Amino acid sequence: MILQALAFYVFAFVVMASAAMVVVSRNPVYSVLFLILAFFNAAALFVLIGAEFIAMILIIVYVGAVAVLFLFVVMMLDINLTELREGFLRYLPVGALIGLVLLAEILLGLGVIGSGTTSLAGLDKATPQVIAVDNTRAIGRVLYTQYFYLFQVAGLVLLVAMIGAIVLTLRTRPGVRRQRVSEQLYRPKGDAVTLVKVPTRGGV
Amino acid sequence: MVIGLGHYLFVAAVLFTLGILGIFLNRKNVIVILMCVELMLLAVNINLVAFSVFQGNIVGQVFAMLVLTVAAAEAAIGLAILVVYFRNRGTIEVEDINAMKG
Repeated sequence: MILQALAFYVFAFVVMASAAMVVVSRNPVYSVLFLILAFFNAAALFVLIGAEFIAMILIIVYVGAVAVLFLFVVMMLDINLTELREGFLRYLPVGALIGLVLLAEILLGLGVIGSGTTSLAGLDKATPQVIAVDNTRAIGRVLYTQYFYLFQVAGLVLLVAMIGAIVLTLRTRPGVRRQRVSEQLYRPKGDAVTLVKVPTRGGV
Repeated sequence: MVIGLGHYLFVAAVLFTLGILGIFLNRKNVIVILMCVELMLLAVNINLVAFSVFQGNIVGQVFAMLVLTVAAAEAAIGLAILVVYFRNRGTIEVEDINAMKG
């Protein structure tokens, strides 16, 4: 139990520290790398709590797809780093104030819940946690029966996002010559070859 | 030393606040703003999964998966818009995006 608590504190600390580094990092590439670290440690937190499937999905989707996409875009865009950091200190007081107020409010809300009738400790033991099947099987049993339409809609969301991204970034540049194989293959013989009757002994 | 629901909620609250803070601080860099949105969605996921596990109800994890789907779609569309914007304007500063202000 003490080992579990220790692991939780380590992972939680690394998540929060790397999230802070995402915000304050000077170079966007470092921000993306710290984001990847935060995602890995959040996945470790999920494993610790017993939600293995979400943890693996988090690594596959966030680290494998989203973070790599971010990295790709950051490296593709040639951005001026010094210009981008200009207003950082100007917005620091207001941003820190709003962040602190928000954090205080959230923690106050947690404290209110903890002291009220529906306490957090009560929520812990609201239903005794019975693990009859493993995590992935339990999700599958619910996802493919009760929430099947929701699952389909999620696929539709991804399809629309894919089409949208392609439509947005696709461009046909004018003045680019590209090979059109079907036109080449279907060219009639009359266009391609001309037979010239040269008279003999006449010279050309 | 028992790790309860409150610990996870605290981590999620700090992550969400850091996301908000990042949106305020990085007023010029759209990429970092998108990353902060991802951080906030991660905080929401931590909340959902923590409640789901501590209440013994698997639906929270199903919903976390849907949030993840939306996050992936949002990142794809956002970065596509960013690439098109950069191609047209040559900069990604947020404060320059006022062409439709009127």
